[in-house]
Amino acid sequence: MAENQNESYETFFRGIWRDNPVFVQVLGMCPMLAVTNSAINAVAMGMATLFVLVGSSFLVSSFKQWIPKQVRISAFIIIIATFVTVADYTLLALVPKVHKELGAFIPLIVANCMILGRQEAFASRNTVRLAVLDAMGMAGGFMVALFSLGAIREILGNGSLFGVDLFGEHFEPWVIMILPPGGFLTLGLILLFFNWVTQQKDKFIEQVAEAERVASDG
Amino acid sequence: MKQKDPDLLLMHAPLLRQGMTTPGAMRDVIYALTPVTLAALWFFGLGALLVLGASIAGAVLTEWFFALAQKRGESLLDASAILTGLLLGLTLPPGLPIWMAFLGGVVAIGLGKVIWGGLGHNLFNPALLGRAFLLATFPIPMTTWTPLRGSESFFHVSASNLALPFMQAKVDMVSSASPLGLMKFEQEVTPLTNLMFGNTLGSLGETSGVLLLLGGIYLWIRRDLDWRIPVSIMLAVVVFSGCLTLVDAVRFPSPLFSIFSGGLLLGAIYMATDPVTSPLTPRGTWIFGIGIGALVVLIRVFGGLPEGVMYAILLMNAATPLIDRYTQPRIFGR
Repeated sequence: MAENQNESYETFFRGIWRDNPVFVQVLGMCPMLAVTNSAINAVAMGMATLFVLVGSSFLVSSFKQWIPKQVRISAFIIIIATFVTVADYTLLALVPKVHKELGAFIPLIVANCMILGRQEAFASRNTVRLAVLDAMGMAGGFMVALFSLGAIREILGNGSLFGVDLFGEHFEPWVIMILPPGGFLTLGLILLFFNWVTQQKDKFIEQVAEAERVASDG
Repeated sequence: MKQKDPDLLLMHAPLLRQGMTTPGAMRDVIYALTPVTLAALWFFGLGALLVLGASIAGAVLTEWFFALAQKRGESLLDASAILTGLLLGLTLPPGLPIWMAFLGGVVAIGLGKVIWGGLGHNLFNPALLGRAFLLATFPIPMTTWTPLRGSESFFHVSASNLALPFMQAKVDMVSSASPLGLMKFEQEVTPLTNLMFGNTLGSLGETSGVLLLLGGIYLWIRRDLDWRIPVSIMLAVVVFSGCLTLVDAVRFPSPLFSIFSGGLLLGAIYMATDPVTSPLTPRGTWIFGIGIGALVVLIRVFGGLPEGVMYAILLMNAATPLIDRYTQPRIFGR
């Protein structure tokens, strides 16, 4: 049982850090760059993606033995599209303003390769419980990425966070940050930072292993 | 060079050395820019010194930070960061808040050079990349031209220079349009002598055409500069704007006005000739220069902006690897 718990823990947290869909797998770049010009848009997009990913992973994993192998991709897409439609209308009903700003990018969640990728690589081969945990982890990692990008861009580009003014009225906005180039620039710098951290960690692990080997030799 | 055995000197060809080194070439360019820098101080007062100092400080500190992080100190000594900062500073308007100039220096070195792998690996001219970033980020302060110092004391610093970091520039001056803006939006021609000797509005380093040319001649005599690039840029500008003037002399600026106004001379002599980001072959440099000249005229006359030298050079920088590939000389004997 302990091993089982360990496995679910692994499955969940893998998506947030080690296999982060944005920073490590570099998937789902389209919504990542397009809707992160403010923190609220980023979080709304993240929530919609979380809902779609968890729902479709649950269904795909439950129905995996009835989905014929030859048509599995179209079956996955139909399941995903169902949840996307639900998310689309829910956002339209609850937060019409955000829905208007996100525009075409809500229906486009269906084409997010991260979601289809999780169905193909994980949900269709694992138990329902693990599939849902994996979906939550991956969507969580996606949301972390969306939020960090959206927050940086909104703070620098508008001087506010979630629409709350941070610097007073004399702030000079960095116009580039809320324009598309700002998205590419920020994403590139975050990726740079992420890779640097990973490299430092690998180096540290190597050094520890080396020290241990020397110690056991001596 | 350290030799273990001084009696036996083993060397690769070339054995005949020119004595030209990277730090030497960088220093030459800085010397060539000295008159222009002094003229900027004279025309705009202490504020110009603050802007130039801030952009140089931003560039040098960034270079120093990354040199420290990568444990290679030598890249600081080749003076390239100082040159990048100086060139960037000369393209900035005199009333720019100094924190923006500092940020421009950081971006020029950080995103323009270090990220590509250091000096010699960058695709775009770092100083122009820094300026492009600033122009896209702060469009209004970057196009606000403060008037010349005139009878004001040298030590008078405009309040907009001293805006706090992240804060707006306080507008205390009557700003007006640069000669190119006047030409484009009001069809008003600035007298040519003003353009040549520097009493016009504009960026710090672009006001005095004659001093820029003098520096260029110094660099050409010192063989630090490929004469084909500035010559081909100016030729292309003269030919294209000459054709347009023949069509309509009121709407389109004359060739001489096009050469001496805006950042054309600064860009053509000091930025486009950057050996890292310009083509290697003589044929390639002609294509490069003509491309820049044509783009400058196109952007100035038909684009939405009054000035296009920066974008023209950056675009042709991007085309440089392609130009190099298609102008490779035939290998002898094949």
